[in-house]
Amino acid sequence: MLQLSKKDSTLLIAVVVLTLLAPVLLNPFPESSALAQFNAGYPDLMQRLVIFGIFAIGFNILFGLTGYLSFGHAAFLGIGSYAAIWMMKLLTMNVIPAIIISVAVAGAFSLLVGWICLRRSGIYFSILTLAFAQMSYSLAYSVLTPITGGETGLQPNLADPRILDSALAEGQTPRANLFGIDMRDTYEVTLADWVFTFNAGYYIAAVILIAAFYMSIRIFRSPFGMMLRAVKSNQNRLNYTGVNAKPYTLAAFVISGMYAGLAGGLLVAMDTQVGAERMFWTASGEVVLMTILGGAGTLIGPVLGAGFIKYMENIVSKINKSILEQWFAVVPDGLQDFLINIIYPFVGKGWHLTLGLLFMMVVIFLPGGLVEGGQKLANLFGRNKTNNGPDSATTPTEQGNEK
Amino acid sequence: MDAAVLQILNGLDKGSAYALIALGLTLIFGTLGVVNFAHGALFMIGAFCAVTFSRLLGWSYTVIDETKTDFLGNPAKIEIPHIYDIFGQQTGDILIDWAVPLSILFTIPIMIAIGFIMERGLIKHFYKRPHADQILVTFGLAIVLQEVIKYYYGANPIPTPAPEVFAGSFDFGAFFGAKANSIIYPYWRLVYFGFAAVIIGAVFAFLQFTTFGMVVRAGMADRETVGLLGINIDRRFTIMFGLAAAVAGLAGVMYTPINSPNYHMGMDFLVLSFVVVVVGGMGSLPGAVLAGFLLGILESFASMSVVLEFIPGINQIIIYLVAIIILLTRPRGLMGRKGVMED
Repeated sequence: MLQLSKKDSTLLIAVVVLTLLAPVLLNPFPESSALAQFNAGYPDLMQRLVIFGIFAIGFNILFGLTGYLSFGHAAFLGIGSYAAIWMMKLLTMNVIPAIIISVAVAGAFSLLVGWICLRRSGIYFSILTLAFAQMSYSLAYSVLTPITGGETGLQPNLADPRILDSALAEGQTPRANLFGIDMRDTYEVTLADWVFTFNAGYYIAAVILIAAFYMSIRIFRSPFGMMLRAVKSNQNRLNYTGVNAKPYTLAAFVISGMYAGLAGGLLVAMDTQVGAERMFWTASGEVVLMTILGGAGTLIGPVLGAGFIKYMENIVSKINKSILEQWFAVVPDGLQDFLINIIYPFVGKGWHLTLGLLFMMVVIFLPGGLVEGGQKLANLFGRNKTNNGPDSATTPTEQGNEK
Repeated sequence: MDAAVLQILNGLDKGSAYALIALGLTLIFGTLGVVNFAHGALFMIGAFCAVTFSRLLGWSYTVIDETKTDFLGNPAKIEIPHIYDIFGQQTGDILIDWAVPLSILFTIPIMIAIGFIMERGLIKHFYKRPHADQILVTFGLAIVLQEVIKYYYGANPIPTPAPEVFAGSFDFGAFFGAKANSIIYPYWRLVYFGFAAVIIGAVFAFLQFTTFGMVVRAGMADRETVGLLGINIDRRFTIMFGLAAAVAGLAGVMYTPINSPNYHMGMDFLVLSFVVVVVGGMGSLPGAVLAGFLLGILESFASMSVVLEFIPGINQIIIYLVAIIILLTRPRGLMGRKGVMED
């Protein structure tokens, strides 16, 4: 199907089914139950899940395949966002031109940055990309305020020209749309005690995620992808065979920059505002965390990692002391206080502590991320104990990160 | 002329902090070959050691004084620090006033211990892993350390003043016979610069003139050969890690009066210190110091209004811009050694 091997097709179908049914799957708890707060099936969060999934897929094409660790990818996301919002201000509130221009601008910018940064590799490459991202962030915050809105950021106003749209009536707010379909259009289905929200914006983002995922499978399986893996495993040897690696790595860098721009454009399409903090280096760090946590160099890993982090971020930070007290209401008082005191630092505002610990654990014990963990579990309990061969759909590109 | 001198002076204190952190970073890199993203967190922990120490000194109990009343007519409550009971009121006050410089004594053993634990407990297992893994695990550690500090000390900056004696400013203008008040500079920043110079000098002297330092330098040049000569180089490198942690911690302690410490100060400095190390040349100690001061002074020159009028916003990006230019024209950095991190 679609020129994919059987295994890849299965993976693609799994992703399609999961994303399309997400509004149902992420709402497993009835509305009235105490667990309803762990439902993630609301549009805002689901949109973030898929958009950061796209961002991580793109990052993985660079880091997972070539091994170049960029610490500045948030810059491309931010620049895509700014380009998209300007399209919305000047041309039309339709999301199509905004998304196209965000990809194009991010691609052009990443071509420039990549052309300079890829002269070096290893830690130097990381520092160079970090320097570029920090420069973009500082400039967006200070000198470029006329273009970026500085600290306040940008959002569409009534007074914007929008030459393609008809003038808005007084009091009407400009809404992002796709040929008249408002991004915020939702359709709620109530089944017994469950409420499922189907959101237009989410489905547009989900379709783009599926397309992006398909693209990444094709890149992974292409001769070009093979070349990128060669760069990762031994660039010197590649050079000795007379191949110039630079065009390949540059292409990978630009592709992943365009993915980041796409994610930035989608963020604007879903929520029409943008601020410079999107480009801060912690945002770049976050996409690194997502990719590693899920499994760098695997197809599905980045999507899983992005989903996992964004879901946990929303859910864990919601837990507060009274919820903990509810949970441990059955245990004796002394033990209850003890348990709450132990758990409390890790939830609510302490979410970053949990994330940091989790991330360290993954890097130390499970360099292949969640995907590797899943495989190990499957090998442990699975029926195919004899089959220790790598699962071609999901294995890290380079067996064993142990150099 | 005055303006130029003032900018150089302004650059010195920031440059000192950059140089001290970068020195530790490059020391760890040169000896252990590890890229330590948690080094900024060590700087931050040092600063919080000073906070803890001044809180310890100020630790007090409440006494109800019947002779005085507060504005509601209740007996006044007076906080008496425990330290008064030990040293008497006069000495106690002096000790509390001098909390920041005194906390150096308290910080050194703590930082060395933290360095040992970090190296033996975590970093040791990452020598054979790729640099990307080292970056990632120390990055995770930095997040954890910073969140732990945030949990115990809160998210707000904690003001930690310098001793009274250093509260004012030094008038360079009057001192050198120029106009009075043309070049004034806070005393504490002078102290910081002097302190940084002493620490840097001490580290270099230690490496240059002691047998231990000689062995370490030999190990930096060729670890394997030193090992083959029957020297336990690993243990010495662990000690160097503790030393680098202590240098970062001391930089943090003395920085607290300049900027009130908060939990993310380490990350803010880390990014810049990495740029400093790369500009100076990975693994080169003089390079790190040189680049630290150079970039600190450049940054303060770039924030002069004359320059800003000419190129707006240059103060925000000058360091990164210089780093990019240096990396592209002199790939090894200003004083980088051949064969270190060439790929």
